[in-house]
Amino acid sequence: MASETSMSGLSGAGPVAGDGPRSTAERRREEDYSASQARLVWRAFLRHRLAVVAGVVVILLYLVACFAEFLAPYSTEKFNEEYPYAPPQRLHILDRSGGGWDFGLYVHGYTSSRDPETLEINYTVDESTKIPVRLFDRSAEEYRMWGLIPTNLHLIGPVDDSQPMYLLGSDRSGRDLLSRLIYGTRVSMTIGLIGVAMAFILGVVLGGISGYFGGKTDTLIQRLVEFLMSIPTLPLWLGLAAAVPGDWGPLKRYFVITVILATFAWTDLARVTRGRFLSLRVEDFITAAHLDGNRPPRLIFRHMLPLFTSHLIASLTLSIPAMILAETALSFLGLGLQAPVVSWGVLLQDAQNVQVVATAPWLMLPGVAVVVAVLSLNFVGDGLRDAADPYKQ
Amino acid sequence: MVGYIVRRVVYMVPTVFLISVVAFLIIALPPGDYLTTLVTQMRAQGVELDQGQLAALQQRYGLGEPLHVQYLKWVSAIVTDLDFGQSFQFNRPVADLLAQRLPITIVMAAATLVFTWIVAFPIGLYSAVRQYSVGDYLFTTIGFLGLAIPNFLIALVLMYLGYRFFGLSVGGLFSPAYAEAGWNLGKVVDLLAHLWVPVVVLGTAGTAGLIRVLRNNLLDELRKPYVVAARARGIPERRLVLKYPLRIAMNPFVSTIGWILPALVSGEVIVAQVLSLPTTGPLLLSALLSQDMYLAGSLILIVSVLTVIGTLVSDIALAWLDPRVRLRGM
Amino acid sequence: MADDWLLEIEGLKTHFFLDDGVVRAVDGIDLRVPAGRTVCVVGESGCGKSITARSILGLVDSPGRVVEGHIWWRADTVDNGAEQVGADGGPSRIDLAALDPHGEAMRQIRGNEISMVFQEPMASLSPVYTVANQLVEAIQVHLPMSRDEAWQHGLALLERVGIPRPARVMDSYPFQLSGGMCQRVMIAIALACGPRLLIADEPTTALDVTTQARILDLLVDLQRDTGMAMMFITHDLGVVAEIADEVVVMYLGTVVEQGSVDDIFHDPLHPYTKALLASIPTMGQGVRQRLTSIRGQVPHPLDRPKGCPFQPRCDHAVAGVCERIEPSTVTLADGRRVRCVLHEPGALEDHDPRGSRGIKVEEG
Repeated sequence: MASETSMSGLSGAGPVAGDGPRSTAERRREEDYSASQARLVWRAFLRHRLAVVAGVVVILLYLVACFAEFLAPYSTEKFNEEYPYAPPQRLHILDRSGGGWDFGLYVHGYTSSRDPETLEINYTVDESTKIPVRLFDRSAEEYRMWGLIPTNLHLIGPVDDSQPMYLLGSDRSGRDLLSRLIYGTRVSMTIGLIGVAMAFILGVVLGGISGYFGGKTDTLIQRLVEFLMSIPTLPLWLGLAAAVPGDWGPLKRYFVITVILATFAWTDLARVTRGRFLSLRVEDFITAAHLDGNRPPRLIFRHMLPLFTSHLIASLTLSIPAMILAETALSFLGLGLQAPVVSWGVLLQDAQNVQVVATAPWLMLPGVAVVVAVLSLNFVGDGLRDAADPYKQ
Repeated sequence: MVGYIVRRVVYMVPTVFLISVVAFLIIALPPGDYLTTLVTQMRAQGVELDQGQLAALQQRYGLGEPLHVQYLKWVSAIVTDLDFGQSFQFNRPVADLLAQRLPITIVMAAATLVFTWIVAFPIGLYSAVRQYSVGDYLFTTIGFLGLAIPNFLIALVLMYLGYRFFGLSVGGLFSPAYAEAGWNLGKVVDLLAHLWVPVVVLGTAGTAGLIRVLRNNLLDELRKPYVVAARARGIPERRLVLKYPLRIAMNPFVSTIGWILPALVSGEVIVAQVLSLPTTGPLLLSALLSQDMYLAGSLILIVSVLTVIGTLVSDIALAWLDPRVRLRGM
Repeated sequence: MADDWLLEIEGLKTHFFLDDGVVRAVDGIDLRVPAGRTVCVVGESGCGKSITARSILGLVDSPGRVVEGHIWWRADTVDNGAEQVGADGGPSRIDLAALDPHGEAMRQIRGNEISMVFQEPMASLSPVYTVANQLVEAIQVHLPMSRDEAWQHGLALLERVGIPRPARVMDSYPFQLSGGMCQRVMIAIALACGPRLLIADEPTTALDVTTQARILDLLVDLQRDTGMAMMFITHDLGVVAEIADEVVVMYLGTVVEQGSVDDIFHDPLHPYTKALLASIPTMGQGVRQRLTSIRGQVPHPLDRPKGCPFQPRCDHAVAGVCERIEPSTVTLADGRRVRCVLHEPGALEDHDPRGSRGIKVEEG
């Protein structure tokens, strides 16, 4: 469009050569000319408010994943048969029941009664009982932080460990949903990262080869990408996951599932990389660098890759949510990760049945965690992608 | 055009071949073969298979022979006799089970595609032409949510709400009265009354994605010189938008089949499980969980091949729509 | 040529409201296009030529907007109902700048009374419709013709613009044609309804040199035959010398000088015009002679120099005056106009910015 071309013609003009007084705008633009690309991308990213907020959420999620042992009041397996499907308790700060102002964290206890016909347990919050709760509680069970440091410090816990505290409710066997959700965050968020790391290596290498060398190699790899993109992935994932022997340990299974997910996730990255390489290959400065005697590896890693690192990071961020969703789906169907490993998908397995969901709707909370994580990662990825082209405007 | 179609069909051959290999691997991967499972199962029921039967089955599937022989036997039986093998879980030929479940799956997928188009088209058009309007922001936000929420979660929430507030079960495709009945008008109406739930649930992500693609494409096209040139010719604005940029921005609609169909089939597996629909998804899942591998492998094969055929159809339609593809044969 | 103008632009300002500030792409220009003549608008890229052309037809896209000024169009057809009679009872005129860019009145003018040819012929035709489709559409939008009549008319137009085997081109898609052919099709579409003004926005820039010459010849022929006026936008002074009757020189959103082609080329008044002409290579002046170029660069659009926009690059700038006051446009005796303090009587004697009393100064 002519107005656009003339506009870019305008902005393409260099700094003023005159000697008049310099405006702030001009100085800022001169900074732009000299700022490193990373700084420009970062500055453009900060302008997307939504992306920044989402970025904070993502960081928080990974912090939760990192300090799961400390943040979770209990371990994932601690159960209490007395309190199956106990509803979430409200955390109170101020107790005025005694007439005075009594500060201190506490929750109310439950009174339960079993319905004689349906055998369901009905809970009512017992306003009269008061279960004191404290921060940095040391009464609960011991654990090893990151498998190394033995401690029993928990962010929050009941003062008397025998009393129930279910801030987000409990599941069928009276396990604390909050604790399981926190441990689930670790598994679900890392499976995204590790899977994407594998997909990244495959995608960049294959996409790079495809785009850099072109010709028959390119055609072959593109056919493969098209093949993988044209088939429905979930049935295949399911098929492959079903083939994983049931007697494999949780860790082994975790990695195999990640590999299975990664096998189908690299295609998008490969396409981005290839497209970039194809367009860069014909750029004059690449030809110049080539004529200067640079060998392909140096050409690729020194001259070409840095030009689209930010695009790659954006694509990477955007493929993590897909990975998380895939794991959730697989585990939800019972073919992904399996107990005792706890992931959001594994937790959602409990919520497959309408009757269960109707009595204990809080079991859908892991789904909320999935949505928050996916949405945040999408926003961050979109923000990064928009910011990746600092010279675009 | 004919050349293009022929080429696209030829391209399909290696894809279908690869799919069949993967499907066969899924059948062959789990430890133990079909016969051992069958024998164990029969024994558990107190039935002993005689040696003749066993040998015949062994011959039929090429068990004990190298993998490629087994593969060839499996594929040729499918190609020549539509014999997909036997499901030991149901003790019926896989082909029977497919014939039972596949039509309704296809109907559901087609209905979802149509739903996706009908919803996404006006919204995408509106969002692009009225960029940055309140409506645009609203739809963009909904679109983001639609992409982020896994569809089985939508199904769960819908079921929960239906159960909680209306006391009805949202799942299934037929009322109990019609479930076992033969096809008649009442059953069709009953199907339509149930079908909208899975269609909406399945279609959400696709619709959201399609709105985004259509909006972005249309925005790109609206800035192209030929739009300005047409405007400078005095062509009325409404006609201009509908004739020029939309025609090109329509491409994602046609090529939708290519990328929505795989996602749809994937989503169907899990949504159908939650909503307990009589489609291929739950069948596949139970087959996998009980290691009924001929059934599972055949389902994966047929569902993937159908997807590839859908993609082919959309590619041909795209070529028909866009003369650049048709005449240059790209 | 006092009163036979077809289009007169008065104090037109078209600004772009960007996040970083306001770009004054067109900043108060005056120019006239006489009926039946060719006016060339020359200037470096980014000086606002194209935006001026787009402003005439209301084609400036957001975030750009005409913020001030008038674009008077002499309407001689009475059927679009939008015109007003001039205050002095003279010929009726419409202010195109005041029309709603999306309105019906503007639409009636586009492609009908004023049509436009663009820089990139390939991109200016939709790739998914045939030439016939787009040509017939352009005809039927404004002329009451049946499909067949319009088709015949279109065929004649293609023939008129020198397309060999026009019937075959009718059924082609734009991407099957060369750039030159596409531009001929664009010209045919532009001529379809017999416009009185053709705006050609760098119509030859994207074409190779031999094709350029042919397209130029075609435009000159067509202009002579049809008697339409032409506003030709270019940065190529060679083209200007070949086809122009009148020349408008633009710099940074302002018209610095306007005059007949002879006057501009033989007696340039504005330092910018002089510098532009000095930068053309001339034959026979010795091979080793260095070309003169204008020093410095076009300023960034968000940082317009104070005073005269050309002052930082001007060899004749008067210290203490040029960086302080914006020069006014002065109309000289022979109808030439120039916007420079050197030609503004009294401006230099008296450094007061309002020191131009007593001479004829165009308002706006």
